[in-house]
Amino acid sequence: MSPDPQIELVADQGRTLTTDQSSCPLEVRGLTVSYGEKPAVFSVDARFPSASMTAIVGPNGAGKSTFLKGTLGIVPLLAGDVRFFGLPFKQVRADVAYVPQRASVDWDFPARVIDVVIMGLYREVGLFRFAGTRQSARAMDCLDRVGMQDFADRQIGQLSGGQQQRVFLARALAQDAELYLLDEPFAGVDAATEHAIVSVLKQLKADGKTVVCVHHDLSTVIAYFDRALLINMRKQAEGSVAEAFTPETLQATYGGRLAESQIDELRLGLA
Amino acid sequence: MTTADLFLDALSLRAGYNSALVTVGAGLLGVAAGGAGAFVFLRKRALVSDAITHATLPGVALAFIVMAALGGDGRWLPGLIFGSAVSAAIGLIVVEWIAARTRLGEDAAIGAVLSVFFGLGIVLLTVIQTMSQGKQAGLDGFLLGSTSGMLAGEAVLIAAAGGVAVALVVALRRPMTMVAFDPEHAATVGIDVRRTDLAMMGLALIVTVIGLKIVGLILIVALLIIPPVTARFWTDRVDRLILISAGAGGLASYSGAAFSAAARDVPTGPVIVLFAFALFVLSLALSPLRGVLASALRHRRFQHRVHLRQGLLAMARGEAIYDRLTLRILRRRGLIRRDGVATREGRGAAGRAQLDETRWATARRLRADDPVLERYDGLTPIDDVLTSDQVEHLDSLLPKPEST
Repeated sequence: MSPDPQIELVADQGRTLTTDQSSCPLEVRGLTVSYGEKPAVFSVDARFPSASMTAIVGPNGAGKSTFLKGTLGIVPLLAGDVRFFGLPFKQVRADVAYVPQRASVDWDFPARVIDVVIMGLYREVGLFRFAGTRQSARAMDCLDRVGMQDFADRQIGQLSGGQQQRVFLARALAQDAELYLLDEPFAGVDAATEHAIVSVLKQLKADGKTVVCVHHDLSTVIAYFDRALLINMRKQAEGSVAEAFTPETLQATYGGRLAESQIDELRLGLA
Repeated sequence: MTTADLFLDALSLRAGYNSALVTVGAGLLGVAAGGAGAFVFLRKRALVSDAITHATLPGVALAFIVMAALGGDGRWLPGLIFGSAVSAAIGLIVVEWIAARTRLGEDAAIGAVLSVFFGLGIVLLTVIQTMSQGKQAGLDGFLLGSTSGMLAGEAVLIAAAGGVAVALVVALRRPMTMVAFDPEHAATVGIDVRRTDLAMMGLALIVTVIGLKIVGLILIVALLIIPPVTARFWTDRVDRLILISAGAGGLASYSGAAFSAAARDVPTGPVIVLFAFALFVLSLALSPLRGVLASALRHRRFQHRVHLRQGLLAMARGEAIYDRLTLRILRRRGLIRRDGVATREGRGAAGRAQLDETRWATARRLRADDPVLERYDGLTPIDDVLTSDQVEHLDSLLPKPEST
């Protein structure tokens, strides 16, 4: 049997990488998720090209987080097809890192900052072995990248909201993935954290990685991202920020919920 | 011999072969319960485990009826354990089904399953009392635990199953920890959350069914929950929490079983639970990390530092101090006299506090976004944060009100 030409097994890491780097990091067709009988996301198609940074934008309850969870199979799909690097998620897990909302976990959990980051190395450490010095060094390196190296031994409950968010990002960095999916990484964080996270994400993009963020702050979309996906249950717009993030598409997405002044402000930002 | 002497004999395993066997078996059960309970606690599933422990009763009773009807000894332990495991598993499935498929919450499902299964079990026990065969005497020992008349084979069975549970805890600690902390992230790195949860409840089930004989089904949930909450007072790390929890569970069960062997008429389960509770109370009071005494002391020390600092700054600005706690602290340190006038030491300390405050203010104005200066809390001296060279440089930039 000749090996599948699309797939190359990297023996020392024991994981599958796609050699066909031209294939899209994330491609979604007809994604539909429903809670009960009310669809939260309805038939959304989207492509997230390689080395891009996309903001998923939309009003509260528009299904942004649900869309992200749907792609990863965290919530069951009613319909739709999701491909990561041309393959189902199960085959390329190691290349995808997910950063959930900070509020989704109990921060009084008995763990130190370094313990949480080492959780990102789960696939390497394996099921039964203890994390060794090499893993600890890698985890420290990831903490360093988000400016949290001095906090490695702190109990996670003692951190500020922004610091917690940076620990979550460090855990994703430890996975050394090709695609990073982040759920509201800037929600409720301080200015220093926002700055630190943006520069890490921009560096990832510069290194050829792909970044997708659920994002709620319309005023920073243009400064931080190069692509936008506007969702309000259905897809309202998709493309480069210049094409997709316009006063018209925003009006369509948010309906009457955006004030004229906000629209004007964004128009100025675009000009 | 007094009870105390008997207790010491039992603790040191000198109270006879059978008693020693039971004590060691109980210790192992406690280790397994503490280890498994750590995950039940971290995953916040204490109530679910309460439901499955109560759901064992109809299984015990039905197994007895079947074995007696087949003409055997209704009290054969492996048969009873098998029956209890089956009915507890059914209880667990029903709870999960109700929570997932109906609009009822998990709490309602737990309440319904717990009471219905337990009620059914009690009815079946009553039926058994009227049966003529099967040696039913002592079956109600499964409610509150009883070690008198325990057979050596039974103790070995309990010890062996306890060992299996401990091995499972060691093997599954990483995925269980990750699922307990962040199930969504765990799912994305390839951990099967449902199967991990199932394995965890399976562990709780093993502990429950092997604990039936010693602790009894009503109280076994205490042995799953009290040790981990006891351990939580002593550590902020999962791996240590599991070890301490297993140790606390083992210690409570071992000494509880020994005490119960010494004081003949006391049921084993309640004694073990009370020993576990004693460890909990000690930890609650005395732990230096999260104990009540330690946090009260920490709070007092912090309050004193705040009052001292406020008092010194007020003295430096020449303001009158009215707060009685502040006055008392300053007086006790010899910084003010009884009539409230500053002593020489007091004036010196006030000057230093004022200088420190000025240094902080200047540093924070000059380097507003330096993360080091985020450590300003009004109490930490700036010398702790900056090097002496940096402080010297800072002093050269300070405004000099006296000289102008």
